[in-house]
Order: sequence, then C-alpha cells, then structure tokens
Amino acid sequence: MDLLRVQDITESYQAENGEIFALDHICFSMEKGEFLSIVGPSGCGKSTLLSIIAGLLPPSSGTVLLDGQEVHGVDPRIGYMLQKDNLLEWRSIWRNVLFGLEVRRQVNEETTARAKGLLQSYGLWEFREKYPSQLSGGMRQRAALIRTLATSPEILLLDEAFSALDYQTRLTVTDDVYRILKKEQITTIMVTHDIPESISMGDRVLILTSRPAQVRELLEIDFGPERTPLTCRGDPRFSRYFDHIWKELKSDG
Amino acid sequence: MDRKKREAPKGLSPERAAYLRRKKTRRRWVLCCQWGILLLLVALWEILARLGVIDSFILSQPSRIWRTWITLFLEGELWLHLWVTVYETLVGFLLGVLLGVGLAILLWWSDFVSKVSEPYLVVLNSLPKIALGPVIIIVVGAGTEAIIFMALAISLIVTVLEMLGGFRRTDRDAIRMAATFGATKSQIFRKIVLPSNIGTLFGSLKINIGLSLVGVIAGEFLVSKAGLGYLIVYGGQVFKLDLVMASVIILSAVAALMYQGVVLLQRLVMKHKY
Ligand SMILES: Nc1ncnc2c1ncn2[C@@H]1O[C@H](COP(=O)(O)OP(=O)(O)OP(=O)(O)O)[C@@H](O)[C@H]1O
Ligand SMILES: [Mg+2]
Repeated sequence: MDLLRVQDITESYQAENGEIFALDHICFSMEKGEFLSIVGPSGCGKSTLLSIIAGLLPPSSGTVLLDGQEVHGVDPRIGYMLQKDNLLEWRSIWRNVLFGLEVRRQVNEETTARAKGLLQSYGLWEFREKYPSQLSGGMRQRAALIRTLATSPEILLLDEAFSALDYQTRLTVTDDVYRILKKEQITTIMVTHDIPESISMGDRVLILTSRPAQVRELLEIDFGPERTPLTCRGDPRFSRYFDHIWKELKSDG
Repeated sequence: MDRKKREAPKGLSPERAAYLRRKKTRRRWVLCCQWGILLLLVALWEILARLGVIDSFILSQPSRIWRTWITLFLEGELWLHLWVTVYETLVGFLLGVLLGVGLAILLWWSDFVSKVSEPYLVVLNSLPKIALGPVIIIVVGAGTEAIIFMALAISLIVTVLEMLGGFRRTDRDAIRMAATFGATKSQIFRKIVLPSNIGTLFGSLKINIGLSLVGVIAGEFLVSKAGLGYLIVYGGQVFKLDLVMASVIILSAVAALMYQGVVLLQRLVMKHKY
C-alpha cells in the first residue's frame, strides 16, 4: 500500500481583493523510501501544497492520507523543512537541533543519542556549542535539517531547502542528504526551482502547471540502483530528462 | 608539497597594538574633556556668583549647594528623602513592567481583545497622565499610594505598546518553523516570541525607569511629606533655592544610577545567553 496519498487537493486563499486559486485537484501517491521532486512555475502553489501535506494549512477540499488514514493538523510522522534555516540565534547549535524534540516533549536519552549521531555524521558535532551566527550557510542548513531529522520523521518535506547555498556547497550537501535519506528510508518530497537538482535527486519529478497548479506530468527518473546525485549528472539520460522538463515548463503559457 | 598554513602571529601584531593604543588614548581624551567641561562650568558658576554677576539667591552657587548637602546629611534627612524617592520609583517601575508585560502578552494572545482595546490604548497613550493627578489623589488617597500610582500611570501604557509592538514584529518564519513541529501557542510564545524580545524588554526598561521617576516626582509635587520632589517643592515655596538646586542635582545622579542599573542588568542577562 502507498505510504502517502494526496487526493484531489484543491486550495484557494481568501484575500481582501478576491479569491486566489492556488491548487486544482492535485493527486499523487508515494511509496516508502521514495524521493519525489516537485517543479513548477514560480508562484504556482508549490509551498501551499507542502503546507497542506504538513498539516499547517487545511485544504479547501481533498484529503491527505498517511498509511491509509486521513491526516488532520501537524502530524509527528511528517517533518517539514522551510527554505530559510530559521535557526534561533540565542540557542547554541545543540539546543537548536533539539528544538523540535523539545516542542514535542521527546527529549530523552534515545532521541538525544540520535541527534548526536546526526551531528557527527554531518560533521557538526565539534560546532555544537557554537551559535548560528558563527556558522557558514552550508553548516546552518545542515543544522536545520538535523533539527527536523532528529524528530525521526517518516516523511520529509523540503521547500527549496538548499537554494540559499552556493553551487559547490549545494552539490556536496545534497549528496550527503540524499545518502542519509536513502539509508534511513525516509520518504521525501522536495520542492525546487533547479531542474538539474530535481532530476539528480528524484525517483520521480512532479511537474506542475502555473497557478492554479495542476499535475502536468509525473515523470519517472531511472538511472539504475547505483545512482547518486553527483554521478547521475554525468549520465547521458540526464540531459534528455532536463530537455523534457524544460520543454514542459516552457510550453506552460 | 611543503605548503605551510599562514599562521596568525602569536600575541598582537605591531599594527594591532598601535591601533589599540590609539583607541585607548582617544577614549581617555573624550573622558578628560567631559570632566573638564563639567569642572569648568561649576568653577565659572562659583566665580560669577562670588563676583555678583549672577544672583546667587536665585541661581544658588556651588559652595552653597555643597553646604546644603552637608546640612541635609548631618540632620540625617538626606537618606530619608533619597530612600523615599528611590523606593517609590522602584515599586512603580516594577509594577509598571510586570503589569505592562502581562497586558502585552494578553493583547498578543487574543486578537479580539487587542482589536477592542485599540482605541482606548491610543487615547490613554496620548493623554498627559499628570492630568489624572487630582483623580488619583481622590481615589487612592493623598499618600505614597498616589505617588506610586502616578508613576505607574505614566509608564504602563508605554510598556504595553512597546512590548506588544516587539511581540508582533517577531520573525514570522521562526514562528512557522515552530509550527511545523506542532508547537502550541504557549510554546511559540515561550520559545520564540519572548526570547526574540529580550532586547525590546530592556529597551522598554530603560525608558521606564526614567518615566517612573518622572511620575514619582510629579506625584511628590502634588502630595508628599518626604522625597526629592517634596524637597524641591518645599525649597521653592520658602525661597531656599540652594535646597532646590541641591535636590535637583541629587535627582540627576539618582536617575543616571538607576539607568546604569538597568544597563548592568542587561549585560548580565545577555552574557548568560538565555
Ligand atoms: N496566505 C496567503 N494569502 C493569499 N494568497 C497567498 C497566500 N499564500 C500564498 N498565496 C498566493 O498563492 C499562490 C501560490 O503561493 P505559493 O507560495 O504556494 O507558491 P510557490 O509555488 O511556492 O511560489 P514560489 O515559487 O515563489 O516559492 C501565490 O500566487 C501566492 O501569491
Ligand atoms: Mg514557495
């Protein structure tokens, strides 16, 4: 059975000067451990879609099913990482990383051990006593990711989580992140503006139309089982996928 | 290849040392000039008074102020008046801060209450609170309570508006981040909004300590049997301008010290990262 099912999600915002339709009957489903990239014209409703899946925003109609059950409100099985790292400047990296656990009242030996392990494998353990302002952009982004992963989500939502990083840092960070997510079998949805990034990480790419967003295409990406985000960029199929997505997005009026 | 890392020199480089020296000299100069100007003014005041250029009966004179202090001190009255004013100010200040922050939290919490109370806050904020003096005296009686009430009336609304403004300016993305973990409103307040506003709080404390003192002196002008405000009014009534001047100078010192107290407290809190 599918782990996550997004069923007929429609959303409209009520603004002073009228109604804004953001999402139009979005449907897709995901299996455990799968990585889905979402691309679409800017302002089409990608962040809105993630907010609905994360339970921060109720949809106008439609349902989100997790393990066959409807999700209401914020669900501890779903982790959501926003574009900005939003590290709290008055907390050390260690206390920032524990923030999500603290909010959920889950700080205990087991969870702190997990947080420690994550910090170690992301090379941030030596920086645990430092404050966010003392870290580089790449480190901050990793710390923010660890804050979300520390709560052991089954599903991870990433909203342009790496777009603030410089190109080089981004390639290495995404590679690290990909490895950890695959190792832990975390089901991931990543919204991105970067077509190569969507191809290099995704098992599938969901292409959305301009607002109100509809599913234009759900593209299978197949590089074989040995792929990593870095190696698949050299694959001849890579540029074919790129051209395809590019055409789909461009043909969208 | 034998490429050594460029190491930072041990100790200070000569340029750095020279820079630090220049800075220190400059700081000393500023301090010297500040004290120099004060001494010069006091000396000028004394000399002009002695020469009879200015009327020392009206404008007093440093040596007479000095003698007044000694007398007040010997009669044991100095500490009494000082303590009364400081005590009233501190009580008014603390009440103002506690109530003000409490009300700000309430208004942040409930959008409805905040919308309803908006016009009242605007009017109360622009009203010169001293005008309430007679009402306060009639309602709470002509005593210390009235004075503390006055201090409270002056500082309360400012605190509420300052803090509420700060709460509302809290980074929306940080709040959203907490929401992604399912944070409750009270968690959002304790873990995000309040710590983001420690700076706002101290800004407001600094304004408040001064405002409370204004309220207390105004209160003492209206009703009191002791305090620096009382000394000033009394001195004016019996034409003892030396007493007025002596009290005003003590008052400035008290104001400056209280302000420094808040600054010190801020440094302590900031150092311990909360
Ligand atoms: N709270 C809101 N109230 C009214 N309109 C909103 C609100 N949030 C988003 N919108 C509108 O809904 C549409 C979709 O917004 P959304 O942020 O989901 O787009 P997006 O695809 O994530 O955009 P971007 O590519 O810029 O990140 C936009 O046109 C936006 O202006
Ligand atoms: Mg967005």
